[in-house]
Amino acid sequence: MDDLKAKYLAQIADAQDENALEAVRLAAVGKKGEVALKMRELGKMTPEERQVAGPALNALKDEINTALVAKKAALADAALDERLRSEWLDVTLPTRPRRAGTLHPIAQASEELTAIFAQLGFSVQEGPRVDTDWYNFDALNIPGHHPARAEMDTFYMHRATGDDRPPHVLRTHTSPVQIRSMEKLGAPLRIICPGGVYRADYDQTHTPMFHQVEGLALDKDISMANLKWVLEEFVKSFFEVDNVELRFRASHFPFTEPSAEVDIRCSWKDGTLKIGEGDDWMEILGSGMVHPKVIAAGGIDPEVYQGFAFGIGIDRLAMLKYGIPDLRAFFESDLRWLRHYGFQCLDVPTLHGGLSR
Amino acid sequence: MKFTLSWLKDHLDTNASVEEITETLTDLGLEVEEVVNPADKLKTFTLAKIEEAEQHPDADRLRVCKVSTDEGEKQIVCGAPNARAGITVVLAKPGDYVPGLDFTLSVGKIRGVESHGMMASWKELELGEDHDGIIELPSGAVGDKLVDWLAENDPAKVDPMIEIAITPNRPDALGVYGIARDLAARGLGTLKTTDYKPVEGQFASPIKVTIDEDTLDGCPLFTGRVIRGVKNGPSPKWLQDRLTAIGLRPISALVDITNFFTFDQNRPLHVFDVAKVAGDLRVHRAAGGETLQGLDEKEYTFSAGQIVISDDNGVESIAGIMGGEETGCTDETVDVFLESAFWDHVQIATTGRALKVNTDARYRFERGVDPEYTYEGLERATQMILDLCGGEASEVVAAGDVPSHARAYKLNPERVQSLVGMEIPESEQRQTLTRLGFRLEGNLAHVPSWRPDVQGEADLVEEVARIASLTKLQGKPLPRLTDGIPAAVMSPMQRRLQMARRTTAALGYNEVISYTFIDQKAAALFGGGDDATMLANPISSEMSHLRPDLLPGLLQAAARNQARGQSDLALFEVGPAFTGGEPGEERIQISGLLVNRNGPKDVHGASRAMDVYDAKSDVEAVLAAIGAPAKVQILREGDAWWHPGRHGRICLGPKKTLGVFGELHPKVLSELGIKGTAVAFTIYPEEIPLPRKSGASRGALAISDLQAVERDFAFVVDAGVEALTLVNAAAGADKALIEDVRVFDEFIGGSLGEDKKSLAITVRLQPKDKTLTEKDIEAVSDKIVAKVTKATGGELRG
Repeated sequence: MDDLKAKYLAQIADAQDENALEAVRLAAVGKKGEVALKMRELGKMTPEERQVAGPALNALKDEINTALVAKKAALADAALDERLRSEWLDVTLPTRPRRAGTLHPIAQASEELTAIFAQLGFSVQEGPRVDTDWYNFDALNIPGHHPARAEMDTFYMHRATGDDRPPHVLRTHTSPVQIRSMEKLGAPLRIICPGGVYRADYDQTHTPMFHQVEGLALDKDISMANLKWVLEEFVKSFFEVDNVELRFRASHFPFTEPSAEVDIRCSWKDGTLKIGEGDDWMEILGSGMVHPKVIAAGGIDPEVYQGFAFGIGIDRLAMLKYGIPDLRAFFESDLRWLRHYGFQCLDVPTLHGGLSR
Repeated sequence: MKFTLSWLKDHLDTNASVEEITETLTDLGLEVEEVVNPADKLKTFTLAKIEEAEQHPDADRLRVCKVSTDEGEKQIVCGAPNARAGITVVLAKPGDYVPGLDFTLSVGKIRGVESHGMMASWKELELGEDHDGIIELPSGAVGDKLVDWLAENDPAKVDPMIEIAITPNRPDALGVYGIARDLAARGLGTLKTTDYKPVEGQFASPIKVTIDEDTLDGCPLFTGRVIRGVKNGPSPKWLQDRLTAIGLRPISALVDITNFFTFDQNRPLHVFDVAKVAGDLRVHRAAGGETLQGLDEKEYTFSAGQIVISDDNGVESIAGIMGGEETGCTDETVDVFLESAFWDHVQIATTGRALKVNTDARYRFERGVDPEYTYEGLERATQMILDLCGGEASEVVAAGDVPSHARAYKLNPERVQSLVGMEIPESEQRQTLTRLGFRLEGNLAHVPSWRPDVQGEADLVEEVARIASLTKLQGKPLPRLTDGIPAAVMSPMQRRLQMARRTTAALGYNEVISYTFIDQKAAALFGGGDDATMLANPISSEMSHLRPDLLPGLLQAAARNQARGQSDLALFEVGPAFTGGEPGEERIQISGLLVNRNGPKDVHGASRAMDVYDAKSDVEAVLAAIGAPAKVQILREGDAWWHPGRHGRICLGPKKTLGVFGELHPKVLSELGIKGTAVAFTIYPEEIPLPRKSGASRGALAISDLQAVERDFAFVVDAGVEALTLVNAAAGADKALIEDVRVFDEFIGGSLGEDKKSLAITVRLQPKDKTLTEKDIEAVSDKIVAKVTKATGGELRG
């Protein structure tokens, strides 16, 4: 019986594939296999002989079956290994193309400043790009003969012959939205008005269209000191620095009085701008206390309400913050520029998560 | 406005440095744009003396000089004819930058002889035009610095020039005297005042002046006098230096004097040559059509109502703006009529703009000249003419009166605190205003005649704060409108555009911002380009019309990128498009453009041409993101720039178009220079109804535990039948049970015939109360087939 065992275990071990293994199984423990034949011989044995041979045969059968199962699993593993070996791929090949979209820096910067001013209770107001000369000039204390009109390089709309109204203008600033918002919302009022504006100028640092954000706060006791604080807070938040120093310089805008141009302390080193340090001052915006005539033009009593207004170039803010050298490129739609300076769709600026990454 | 330091010091007694002065000017609102200090580029040059000058051995025109310098004796080769022993010269050493030659000197060898520097001419130092020889100084010791010698002997050559920007409200600062007044008010020195005595007339002016009755509003006052027997010619050096330093060309003493008063006192004057004036001078309004050859030698034609000055020969001057060539003064002028008049600023601005003539006089009169100075300016200028040109003055002739400008505003000392937020003592406020020329009478501040900009109490506050310096302003927190967490501030439309922008970017599009004006041809391709949307003064023909749509700008951007070698593009823009030229005739669009393929060719064969279904998929995604209703119609008959058979309008009813998608018309693409094909979409976000806000709650989720069943059907229909018709018919067969209908196959032609197609759909049935039996399913199937057959005229495919 030991011979039998040795013979079949050896055959199982030698089986090269499932067919060979099946043949061994049939020969050993199949119905007509050698072990089965031996089992049949048990009937002819004496009870004593049977007492010995029976368990031995059963044990032999179990042992062969166990070996068969083990071998079968081993053969399957080997086959799988072989298949997987053949399924090798060059994973350094590139993937299927997937486009990555971007947002324009002006859109991103606009959302950033909206997030900041929302924190201070300023809502976002909008107005038309084509406006009347009343909203763009007269209501802002710039009468028809005012030299500021000529200096603004205004784009005028065509007037049909017979139409004697003064020509409409492409708004030269976002300030007309101040008037429209005062008319619509009254006082007290806190608004920002971001949007495109136009000046007939095109050179290294000017484009005929650019973007401004106007700010306006009206209440009974708002002062220029509040303006300075708001601008300091804004600049600190926007440029994501701990400290800023602003310098107010007396200036003149027809729609504010007193008026101030605002410079920011900065340094220029090796073409890199750093806000809040250094010995340079850079002009970043114009501002002032809203002229009583402008408040009156908005239908609000200037004897009761006073407040501040400011105007900042959004494109300029984006250029400074993100180190974009050329204004003209903002509007040239060069794909290489859009990819380099654009923002990912999920880069939503928030104050809790940070404006930029 | 330009002036020099020494000119300023004529009016301001100060020891302040140039740096202090320029910083203060900027702080006062007189922003310094440029400071040119000639001494900066002359610092290295020193005085030297030629001890010996010998003929160069190999060059006739060169001399080899032995020169004493602060660094001992040096050998210098010089070609100047006046290089000779004994003269004091200006030395430039190796390493020095010579401004007039624009190079840095080095030790050289000239025809074999070493030369250790050069002796400069005035021109080489940019200190004059003289280049006939090297500088010979009449004094000075070897080793002295040139800048020191110049400061002592010819200060104009090292006089720093300061240029400031003048805001329109500060005409008083268009004269050096006014600038000095501001600085004195700040305490940077003391304003110098000089008295003057009117010049007594020696005879009656042979030229009389009149102002027409209807012209008095534009010219309230016209004064003048004749000065006879003058000798015109070059003005003295000090006057020429002044004018040259601020970029004016000296012309003759008479003209230079008028220019001097223009810049010194903001008092433009004019001189007529009496010999060329016929009769008297009359200020009047033009009838229209008169012409005048101006001093700039251009011919001007007047419109009715513009103010001019005429004599018996006709118009001789564009009043207050420019004199005429005919009556202008020359070196031969012997008798001169000096004019000092006051012109209304609106009148000057209107005429100047209409005639397109810019002069220093116009610039000043349209901003505002001191009316009270009209006579004083005449008298002081008369005196200067007598001093510089001799002659004798007539009595003054005048018409009109000094216009009334008297006004006063209450000084409320607390206003500075409440409006600006600075605490300035009342005494300081009063002192500031007094120094600026205001006359205080109790609390009433009378405005000086040279400050037309001061028109109310707020202006007094501005003056006080400006002189005190806004630099000192300390920020003060702006209180919140409400306590607690700020509320949201964006409107639903603003949120919608933000979502649209970020969703479109997420779909792989690059956002562009393009000019809102485009060329007429491109505008016309998209339904625009008419006169209503035309700019009156475009900066180029490429930017002449407001865009009627965002697509032309996107296509032009695509064409530019293609020209740079980017053939496949996905661009989008969010912005206004214009339906007309009136305020409000604009609407927001969101447009996306896909050009050519979805990507470069790749190993997986995934690169493919983008088609109308790409545009449709993206427009649906963006519409869904911004809350457009899911149930829409897709209609055709869109605008002409779409491929007529390959576009769809996404509509709520036949009139409300939420968006359009499709392939662009090949003609439009070729007109705009696009290579390849392009599909696009446009969304009109203002057309999408705003959700009825009823809280953020989503409503309960109803889901069934029962097994859903899917069944497929294929129908043969006419090729023109739209899939949506079939889907809607199938879905309508049992609205309760049918959860979804999807088209999964389209097969056109083949064995079905040219004009037929097969559309296959999967219908998903979701039972709600009991499991479906075969019989239930069969019943619904029959209904579906019946509905579809009826709606499409097709039949179930066998």
